[in-house]
Amino acid sequence: MTTAIAPPTLSGAPHSNSVVVRARWAVSDTWTITKRNLLAVTRIPEALFFSTVQPIMFVLLFRYVFGGAIKTPGVDYVNYLMPGVFVQTVAFGAVQTSIGLAEDLQKGLIERFRALPMARSAVLTGRTSADFVRNILVVIIITAVGFLVGFRPTTGVLPYLAGVLLILLFAYSLSWGFAVIGLSASNSETAQVMSFPLLFPLVFASSAFVPVSSMPSWLQGFATYQPVSVTITACRALMLGGPTAKWVIQSVAWAIALLIVLVPLAVHRYRTRI
Amino acid sequence: MPYAIEAELLKKTFTGKHTVRALDGVSFNVDEGTVFGLLGPNGSGKTTAVRILTTILKPDSGVARVLGHDVARKAGLVRSLIGLAGQYAAVDENLTGRENLEMVGNLNHLDRSSVGGRAKELLVQFDLADAGDRTLKTYSGGMRRRLDLAAALVARPTVLFLDEPTTGLDPQSRNDLWEVIERLVGGGTSVLLTTQYLEEADRLANTLSVLDHGRVIAEGTPATLKADLGATVLEVGLTTIDDASRTAALLASLGPHQPSLNGTVVEVTVDNGPESAMAGLRTLDQEGINPAAFTLREPSLDDVFLALTGRRTEADSETTDDETESKRRRGRRRAATEAMPIATGELS
Repeated sequence: MTTAIAPPTLSGAPHSNSVVVRARWAVSDTWTITKRNLLAVTRIPEALFFSTVQPIMFVLLFRYVFGGAIKTPGVDYVNYLMPGVFVQTVAFGAVQTSIGLAEDLQKGLIERFRALPMARSAVLTGRTSADFVRNILVVIIITAVGFLVGFRPTTGVLPYLAGVLLILLFAYSLSWGFAVIGLSASNSETAQVMSFPLLFPLVFASSAFVPVSSMPSWLQGFATYQPVSVTITACRALMLGGPTAKWVIQSVAWAIALLIVLVPLAVHRYRTRI
Repeated sequence: MPYAIEAELLKKTFTGKHTVRALDGVSFNVDEGTVFGLLGPNGSGKTTAVRILTTILKPDSGVARVLGHDVARKAGLVRSLIGLAGQYAAVDENLTGRENLEMVGNLNHLDRSSVGGRAKELLVQFDLADAGDRTLKTYSGGMRRRLDLAAALVARPTVLFLDEPTTGLDPQSRNDLWEVIERLVGGGTSVLLTTQYLEEADRLANTLSVLDHGRVIAEGTPATLKADLGATVLEVGLTTIDDASRTAALLASLGPHQPSLNGTVVEVTVDNGPESAMAGLRTLDQEGINPAAFTLREPSLDDVFLALTGRRTEADSETTDDETESKRRRGRRRAATEAMPIATGELS
């Protein structure tokens, strides 16, 4: 794709204000950064492995330990559980975005990037894109685990894939939130510690593991309409049947709204950090 | 002909828990094809100056130019002309040396087909060809610095910024890196180098400015600076405070500046090392003072500061509250103590 652009020789990049040229460089730079982050995943495969261990434990724990005590009228608990585990997994996985950026800051890589003639957005879009790809792998692994413990979606392949897509979209919007945290933290440990107080209420005060109707009434409103629950409900509808459109629209709306707020915020943090 | 680098009354204040005036009206010019040294202790504003000149940070006031281009207004253009290598070896641990260089090449928007060749060339040039396909986790400190420098050179910048390039390196690696930098300058690259080591500035820089608390307190060539200061430091250790103060008074005539008295150690900067040493020993012998230690050494940054400001470098004083900055300073300070024997241990 570089051939179409006035090819810079070794003297460096041409300084061009043309929107088209800049957009192409932004895509090219994003790809370079994405590749770099994905290479890191392949260099430390144990990190990917261990980031799936925790959700697998959750599957086993709720499927075989707590599940028997949780009443989910009209649906097998394992079928109720799995969409919740998917969303929980990608939500916790989004913490990786903040840790990765905090590490890049700490090591001085961001400083080097900022002195390069690359697109200002590429460090963030490259990071979130790599996390998107990593999430695809994670969802495949969790799907396999789900099938092993008796998860049986009832609506067919296409609605199932639509559900997966919804999960990935939601995860992508969350990544930008954690990018803001990563760029605000002083180091990767702090980034991690800052992330959990946000995640816990979202993941556990949700319909992920228990029906919202079993919660106190003051909590039910939040637990039904917060983005994690909405996305889980939409996935359940897509994977198991039931009224779908309303929840899918709400879930997509949440993701878009989060992106509209979080992307500019993250880019602002990136520009002003240091 | 424009200067390679110009700084005009740069000011930058960091606000926070403590307000820190990192740069308080700093100006300097760097001719094309020369090496300019910014010499100063931790927290003197060196890194802030580099960050402003490399478009990373905006000054509160003042103008910075690279090859005549305003750094604030033409940031994109300036970025394509410069290379930056930092003291913290900003390279990606999880990538191989080659992958790091190719990444930087792509982000510099080099022609994709030439990126691989350029990376290979640099790996050879920096003696990293054998390690090129290993991840950086297996690299030594010296190898990382070399790769960091190589990464700064991928796009063949005409102006190079080196922020404390050898801090924390062992003597051998330091020497290697100096040779690399000397070769670069031979090739016409203009360099701004920050350092805490007088020896480094002396060896590499054509001109230099000494920074203290965000102000330039001296400027000139290393030779004029050393001439003002005295070329060698005579350091005499005594056994009692009383002997020390007597010694300080006796040796005052040896150098252009008053001897400094620090506990039982007397230091005096002298122009002619061996001659002054003999004169000093004779005097002490006549007065019946027996020194416990008697050393001649190259002046350090500390000595420059003492001569210029009448006080030591205060490496430990809090001068900025920026968290990363203070973390870096901590690392740097550790590195500086490790490196002390190199900077000060040689006899002239």
